[in-house]
Amino acid sequence: MSLSSKRELEQMALNIRLGIIRAITSNHGGHIGGSFDLAEMLAVVYSDFMRVNPEKPDWDQRDFMIFSKGHAGPALYAALALKGFFPEERLENLNNPNSLLPGHCDRNHVPGVDATTGSLGQGLSIACGAALAGKLRGTDQRVFCVTGDGESAEGQIWEAAQFAAHYSLDNLIAFLDWNKMQIDGSNDEVMRLGDPVRKYQAFGWNACLVKGNEVMAIQRAVRRAVEEPNGKPSMIVLDTVKGEGARCIVEMANNHCIGFSDELCGKVMEELREQGRKLGMEVE
Amino acid sequence: MKIRYTGQKAEKEVFQVFNETMRQLIEQDARVVYLDADLMGSLKTQELWKRYPGNVLNTGIQEANMVGVACGLYLNGFKPYVHSFSPFASRRVFDQVFLSVGYGRKSVRVIGSDAGIMATHNGGTHMCFEDIAMMRTVPGACVVDISDPVMCGAFLKMTRDRPGLTYIRMPRRDLPDIYPPETAFAEGRGMLLREGSDITLVGCGIMVATCLQAAELLASDGIEARVIDIVTVKPLDEELLLDSAGRTGAVVTAENASVLGGLGSAVAEYLSSVHPVPVLKVGIQDSFGRVGTESFLRKAYGLTPESVALRAREALKLKQAL
Repeated sequence: MSLSSKRELEQMALNIRLGIIRAITSNHGGHIGGSFDLAEMLAVVYSDFMRVNPEKPDWDQRDFMIFSKGHAGPALYAALALKGFFPEERLENLNNPNSLLPGHCDRNHVPGVDATTGSLGQGLSIACGAALAGKLRGTDQRVFCVTGDGESAEGQIWEAAQFAAHYSLDNLIAFLDWNKMQIDGSNDEVMRLGDPVRKYQAFGWNACLVKGNEVMAIQRAVRRAVEEPNGKPSMIVLDTVKGEGARCIVEMANNHCIGFSDELCGKVMEELREQGRKLGMEVE
Repeated sequence: MKIRYTGQKAEKEVFQVFNETMRQLIEQDARVVYLDADLMGSLKTQELWKRYPGNVLNTGIQEANMVGVACGLYLNGFKPYVHSFSPFASRRVFDQVFLSVGYGRKSVRVIGSDAGIMATHNGGTHMCFEDIAMMRTVPGACVVDISDPVMCGAFLKMTRDRPGLTYIRMPRRDLPDIYPPETAFAEGRGMLLREGSDITLVGCGIMVATCLQAAELLASDGIEARVIDIVTVKPLDEELLLDSAGRTGAVVTAENASVLGGLGSAVAEYLSSVHPVPVLKVGIQDSFGRVGTESFLRKAYGLTPESVALRAREALKLKQAL
């Protein structure tokens, strides 16, 4: 397996953030915080591990990507556009009336989206079903799934966690975007999550914690999950900061779903341009 | 149509037909999967589970996850059937069914057993009267209330590749035989079981046989009732209903479900907009469930042939007063 370099992955992550901004500013706002902090994970998975065919999104041997935290649609859409599932211009249709790009992940309108999600807690179950189907069919398909920390208060997440271990779904590689924030405050204020790594381990999963903005750490963790199946599903807990990638977003008290003024857009773009310069990229 | 209803219990119980049919489906199509949430014992499907471990799967008592798993199985090439008792297959997982199945356009068959009073001794916690009302609101859904074992087998087979949500509501046992084997059913096509020109009785599920009995009671008073098994509450056989309302001028609906949003509502909603005639509803009148035998509960909730006949006479008076 030839894997991408750190620089390549960081460039991809930056491009994903640019796509997210393109989408969200087109509609003057959206779910920025929990989208931005997934850029490195998406860069790694879509550059090095997802076996998909943009020409044939429903290819029956494909790997699956299921965003259980459906509100991070803009992040997934940005990655899909970069992979060529649809023209990047389409990102500017986010949540517009008659949009072909609904803010929450929608498999019926967006090529490359495997599951329609938005009512939290349901995506991990769907991922379990897709992974089980791969086992029953005897394919080597992988199923990736992205869950949220606020979402982990949903009981269905833990039903699915039990199910995945019971059925030995080692073709299921899930992420938990542990940014410690949700709409009404921090996880600790709203509903304590505790130690998600130990929780998933107790449920019979492989679980590890990696820095959510370190592409090489994520690459190592996914590689291990993919190359060393041991009969257990894998949970890669991403230690993230909500809004990661732009200081002006991170510093907001609540960046879950926010309006986007031209001024804010300018500030974010300034930061992204600076990152581009460091990576040797021209950012418009 | 020609029916074989005698009032006797069916030769085969519904759970037997379910087992035989699922077995055939799995034998014919390796992509058929049946998921259960720890109620295989109730449907007597443990033998299937042992025999077809790649097609019959137990999710344990986690209905919400089961619906999601079914959706994922569909996405990756399978044809899932899921079963639980009707309250847990509908009310408990309505969001999962509405969004993950309906809105997400999966093809999933949800089987809710022991619907309505057929939960008998499990009582109010297990007695689901509102499933028809809920499931009807899922766009694209097919909602069928099984009145006879032959119908159960037919719908399991014919909806295997049906897109969207199919909700099959059924008792596990104690249905009569109504239809000859090999009867052809169709989604949105009601069955005209008895001709009559005075009034139309429209039933679903266990109330179809009750309507046939009520028609006998009415006939002894010289009232000729036309009897329809609506088969699918959604889609509704509008043509048959309109024709029947035109011929008889009065309708009584009968369902083992809440009259709020159920078959009676569906029929009244339709007829009021195209051909208003009196539509009186036999069913659960805004009540919770309770413990009892089927016959006790039928009396307690007014699901008897006498209740249907009484409502028919009331409907006739309304018709004459028009």
